[in-house]
Amino acid sequence: MSFRALLFLSAWMFATGIFGVLSRRHVVALLLSIELLFNGVNLALLTFAWAYGALSAASLAFLGIAVTVAEVAVGLAIFLLVVRLTGKAAADELKQLAG
Amino acid sequence: MKAFYLVLFAPFVSFALLALWPGLRRSGKPAAWTSIAAVAVSLLSAIALFFQYDGGVHEVRWVWIPLAHFPSLTVGFLVDGLSVVMALVVALVAFAVQVYSLGYMSEEPPASLGRYYTYHSLFTFSMLGLVFANNLLEAYIFWELVGACSYLLIGFWFYKPSAARAALKAFWTTRLGDVGFALGIAVLFAHFGFLSYDKLFALEPSHALFLGLLGVYVGAMGKSAQFPLHIWLPDAMEGPTPVSALIHAATMVAAGVFLMVRLMPALQHTPELLHLVLWIGAITAFLAATMALVERDIKRVLAFSTISQLGYMMAAVGALSAGAAFFHLFTHAFFKALLFLAAGSVIHAMHTNDMFAMGGLARPMRWTMILFLVGALALAGMPPLSGYFSKDEILVATAHAPVPFALLMITVFLTAFYMFRAFFLTFTGEPRNPESHPHESPVVMLWPMGVLAILAAVAGFFGSTVHEMLNHSLGFESLHSGEEHHPAWIPYLGLGLGLLGILVAWMGYARRIFRPERVYAAFYPLAKVLEERYFIDHIFLLLYWLGYNTVATVVGFVDRYIVDGVVNFVTWATFEVGKALRRFHNGVVQDILLGVVVGFLILAFFATGF
Repeated sequence: MSFRALLFLSAWMFATGIFGVLSRRHVVALLLSIELLFNGVNLALLTFAWAYGALSAASLAFLGIAVTVAEVAVGLAIFLLVVRLTGKAAADELKQLAG
Repeated sequence: MKAFYLVLFAPFVSFALLALWPGLRRSGKPAAWTSIAAVAVSLLSAIALFFQYDGGVHEVRWVWIPLAHFPSLTVGFLVDGLSVVMALVVALVAFAVQVYSLGYMSEEPPASLGRYYTYHSLFTFSMLGLVFANNLLEAYIFWELVGACSYLLIGFWFYKPSAARAALKAFWTTRLGDVGFALGIAVLFAHFGFLSYDKLFALEPSHALFLGLLGVYVGAMGKSAQFPLHIWLPDAMEGPTPVSALIHAATMVAAGVFLMVRLMPALQHTPELLHLVLWIGAITAFLAATMALVERDIKRVLAFSTISQLGYMMAAVGALSAGAAFFHLFTHAFFKALLFLAAGSVIHAMHTNDMFAMGGLARPMRWTMILFLVGALALAGMPPLSGYFSKDEILVATAHAPVPFALLMITVFLTAFYMFRAFFLTFTGEPRNPESHPHESPVVMLWPMGVLAILAAVAGFFGSTVHEMLNHSLGFESLHSGEEHHPAWIPYLGLGLGLLGILVAWMGYARRIFRPERVYAAFYPLAKVLEERYFIDHIFLLLYWLGYNTVATVVGFVDRYIVDGVVNFVTWATFEVGKALRRFHNGVVQDILLGVVVGFLILAFFATGF
């Protein structure tokens, strides 16, 4: 695969993630979309690392993956608690953040 | 020359001990002895320094603040003839006063006594620091320190509203002068880039030098109570009497004169300024002496007398005769401190300051009477006591300027008159207050006075020593003093006027040959003007109301409604905009994210321009 194709793939993943984050109602779907966003960015990072031979960028991507795992764990735990407390799992029904 | 470290730092050690060790400070007598021991060490070292002194100019200096575009600021100490003699005077009077205070302040509670001696230690250190300073900035720092000590000691009985007010008045009035001092230093530093005396003395006459020295003189006017900044000194008598003796008679108020003498090698290049100094000195001497004529408070008579004598010294400075000024400073320190301590002894016995409630104290307080008499004779300029010699030199030095000379000559008469008015009112006649039972003061108060009395009597014979020491001071070798001719009649005229003053006082207050009350009634408007101190305090008050208060009101309005108004408008506007924007914040995460994405896209559009 070429450099351009990889970058295009990463941008596509990112755009899909954005669409998901903004349009899906279920919070688990939101979390999944965020994963997609994240992986799109990670792919871009690795693409540049591969193209320029920058190992430090690759190690940054590794670190990012590790952080994502933790983030998903914490995010799911918060989601479970929210569902238990409010009985709602739809993002547009949770309005406690209103100013 | 290493002795001077002991002279300077012994009082500092006792101050640090007393300030940092509350147990010692609150113990009273031990605190007093700590301070007295330190000042004794200081005095002995000052005596050793005086006798070891080899006639040279010794200086130690360190870099204090290194600066990039200016020569660095240095600090250091200067040991020359002037500082050696002055340090001796300061240490001696400080020692006598601290011992005397043991008796005078014996009724104070221990914690208060400790506080008193803490201030005294700090004062002695600061005053000596000012004496040994080798540059103007360092002198200014110690100058402010002695001012702070003066404030603390005038207001020592701060629970008395009059004392608290007097302390503030003293502080603010001298501060007014100190603003001039600070500006003078700023001008000199900005223009020349150095402040150490040796470099300042090497300068050629210039406009900046004049402005800088003028500023320094304004500072000296405040400190040395020159007209019109003299108003604080009579009120400063609210402090304990030993404080008045040390700070407001012998040392601190003389600091202005000392600084002028110190700067003489630079001042000689500014004849216009010296002319001003001469005139203001003579006016101060005369006005203060007239105000003393009608004063009832024995300490205030001495305060006016101090202002008057400081006027003499400043006049001598103005006449380019630093030697006469410093010699008078030297003798005045002894006899005026003696007079204050003797007055304190009287006040201690009578519990009042009003001379018209005293009278007939010669019998119960014989020693105090004799000591006061020695001081009064010295002040009146009676030979062979010290005041005769030093005042004579000043009169000779100012003989070339007719009006100031005449003012100073009349003041000789006034001085003798008001001093002996005080003497006769206090010590002769019948007791005017039959309820009082005066008794002689304790020995601890008498013998410091005795030492000062001996010095007040014989100090005049050390004139040549003082002059010689002064000639060994920094910059003085190039100084040409203004003593060319002195008419032989001047000393006789001075002596005659002094004797006349004593005679008139004797006729009016001892023999009652004429009735001073009738003279007072006959000249009532004039006497009232004198009693109100020429309304100078009122003029200051008026200036305060008209000038200061008006400016403050305008500035206050601008600050409140324009400066603060802008700030308040910004907060108000932020708050209102926030309220309006709150409506967009509905709490749905996805709407917020949409805002983020749109905002990012807008930013990206502007950043990349595609």
